[in-house]
Amino acid sequence: MSTIIATLGTGRARRLRAALTVLLAAAVAVGAPFYFAPFQVFQLTMVLLYAVALAGLNLLVGFGGQISLGHGAFFAAGAYTAAVMLDRYDTGHLATLPVAAAGCFLLGLGFGVPALRLRGLYLALVTLAFAVFLPPLLKRLEPVTGGSMGLTVDKLQPPAWSGLAEDQWLYLVVLAVTAVALLLARNLLRSRVGRALLAVRDNESAAEVMGVRLSLHKTLAFAWSAMFAGVAGCLYTWVIGFVSPDSFSFVLSITLLAGLVVGGLASLYGPLLGAAFVMYVPSVSQDVSEAAPGVVFGLLIITVMFVAPTGLAGLPGRVRAAVARRLPRRAPTSARTPEAESAPDGEPEPDAESGPESLAESGPGGDPESLAESAPDAEESAAASAPDVSPKSPAASDPSATDTPADLAVADAEPVGAPPRTEKE
Amino acid sequence: MLAVDGISVRFGGITALDGVGFTVEPGTAVGLIGPNGAGKTTLFNCLTRRCTPDAGTVRFEGEDLLALPPHAVAGRGIARTFQNLGLFPRLTVRENVMVGAHSRGRTGHLAAALRLPRVRREERELREQADDLLRRLGLADVADHPASGLPFGTLKRVELARALAVRPRLLLLDEPVNGLSHGEVDQFADLVRSVRQDFDLTLVVVEHHMGFVMGLCDKVVCLDFGRKIAEGSPEEIQRDASVIEAYLGVAA
Repeated sequence: MSTIIATLGTGRARRLRAALTVLLAAAVAVGAPFYFAPFQVFQLTMVLLYAVALAGLNLLVGFGGQISLGHGAFFAAGAYTAAVMLDRYDTGHLATLPVAAAGCFLLGLGFGVPALRLRGLYLALVTLAFAVFLPPLLKRLEPVTGGSMGLTVDKLQPPAWSGLAEDQWLYLVVLAVTAVALLLARNLLRSRVGRALLAVRDNESAAEVMGVRLSLHKTLAFAWSAMFAGVAGCLYTWVIGFVSPDSFSFVLSITLLAGLVVGGLASLYGPLLGAAFVMYVPSVSQDVSEAAPGVVFGLLIITVMFVAPTGLAGLPGRVRAAVARRLPRRAPTSARTPEAESAPDGEPEPDAESGPESLAESGPGGDPESLAESAPDAEESAAASAPDVSPKSPAASDPSATDTPADLAVADAEPVGAPPRTEKE
Repeated sequence: MLAVDGISVRFGGITALDGVGFTVEPGTAVGLIGPNGAGKTTLFNCLTRRCTPDAGTVRFEGEDLLALPPHAVAGRGIARTFQNLGLFPRLTVRENVMVGAHSRGRTGHLAAALRLPRVRREERELREQADDLLRRLGLADVADHPASGLPFGTLKRVELARALAVRPRLLLLDEPVNGLSHGEVDQFADLVRSVRQDFDLTLVVVEHHMGFVMGLCDKVVCLDFGRKIAEGSPEEIQRDASVIEAYLGVAA
């Protein structure tokens, strides 16, 4: 048994499994538009573009520990940048993407400066003010923005050689941009910069003592985040072909934040789940109750937060921990005593728990979480089918799920109290 | 190496430090003692630029430390630990240690997002260095565990590992054995002694545990109500009348 665990836990096997997961997810994602009806493909496209915005918001809120109630405005800025460029200057669609990205990056940089001095509710208020004042501003700037009538522009058209329908082409283009965006976000987080950001979130003054320049990382987090929202907005214009101030009311900002929290803060695939929530739940609640869709929407948020307080992305990990608690140490085959099991700082028993981990570490650059999470364009189904992506339990590998990770999860659940030895000495 | 001269810090009407000065020679260990509220942690905060003194100077190897921005202190080779742990609870132990190496990394935002080859290389190096440190301090088993939820004694070692990842020449320890059990104190003292040797460190230690301070330090500075009341070798301090008075009070 333990040899099997050890073999499957090695860096190469993990990597193989991760690569297979990515390939499978990519195949599903690319194949989807050829399977579903055009309207469903359109919905999936919207999920993907919302995921870009949520990934940006996640950088700021989930990983950066700041807050923004104004990301709908960055989204709008990106959408309008694309629309105005297409409408007035007739640039190609592709040219609008870098301009929207760069513009929103700079806008975010500007907003990052007050974010240095404000935090919590005050920052939320300032960003909300931005989201509230942008739609009226767009209405006033009628010569450029078309006022309250908005602008109608061409959607992105499939090139003749592809032989694809419009919805399929849009989906694939948005999928590609989303994949790149999620990959960028993931790269950012897996580096010195990402660690600095997380450190600032967890303990600002300790981070500064370690040499992290707070102002730099906080402003740039804001800028990246705004840039992602702007890119999502630009894609929105490509897909919908119409922008108006009322499409981007401050409710959009709040919906985005709600979607992120529901999907899972500080999780790499939480934005995808959150985007699905943002896209599908309003229409589902419309079906349930035509009179009060908002009530259903709100109740659903409450339900999700009650069942999965760490968001949908954290649900598999919580379920696993709960199952592990229900099936307490019922592994008589293993020779370990309960005392040995309950020692999470692992002095006396390096065999079972730390064995597969350390083996996994010995692979070159074998970072178990990040490898497992390297499925940026995974559909939510693919994400759910890889239950070991939860960053909390890096040692959990599928075949050993009945035995070893249960102990780890228990150790997680009762953290400090476990080793009586260290406490009472 | 470190020269503190005439430092005064006032918070509102309270004078936390009043003209404190002392020097730290390279390779020595200096203990800072004094009753609670004597200003020891405030002094530490001045050394790491967490707070700016109203008067006085701090020079580190001839450089005016007070002219540096707070985040630049680590790059000069000064690291510290915190009184009540200053770890990053949601990062793993290894990531905590890798943040300690932040000032030695070069990766910027753009390079990180594109994950250029040099970023990979730097990540690999930092990771290996962190793993070396974790092995050195007996923390390899918990490397992937989040920093929250580990026993207090382990977390103290994690914090020491993180401070060592800065590659400091001057290490400031703020109550390193506070909250540890008797046996753990001795273990930690041995650990500090051995890393001090191996990494060629100069130490400044704030601590209430007299056995720890007297066993480790070459010189002890005693503060009381923000003023330096005594300075000398551990033996001299133990006999010093004003120190005894500050700690125990005098018979009426």
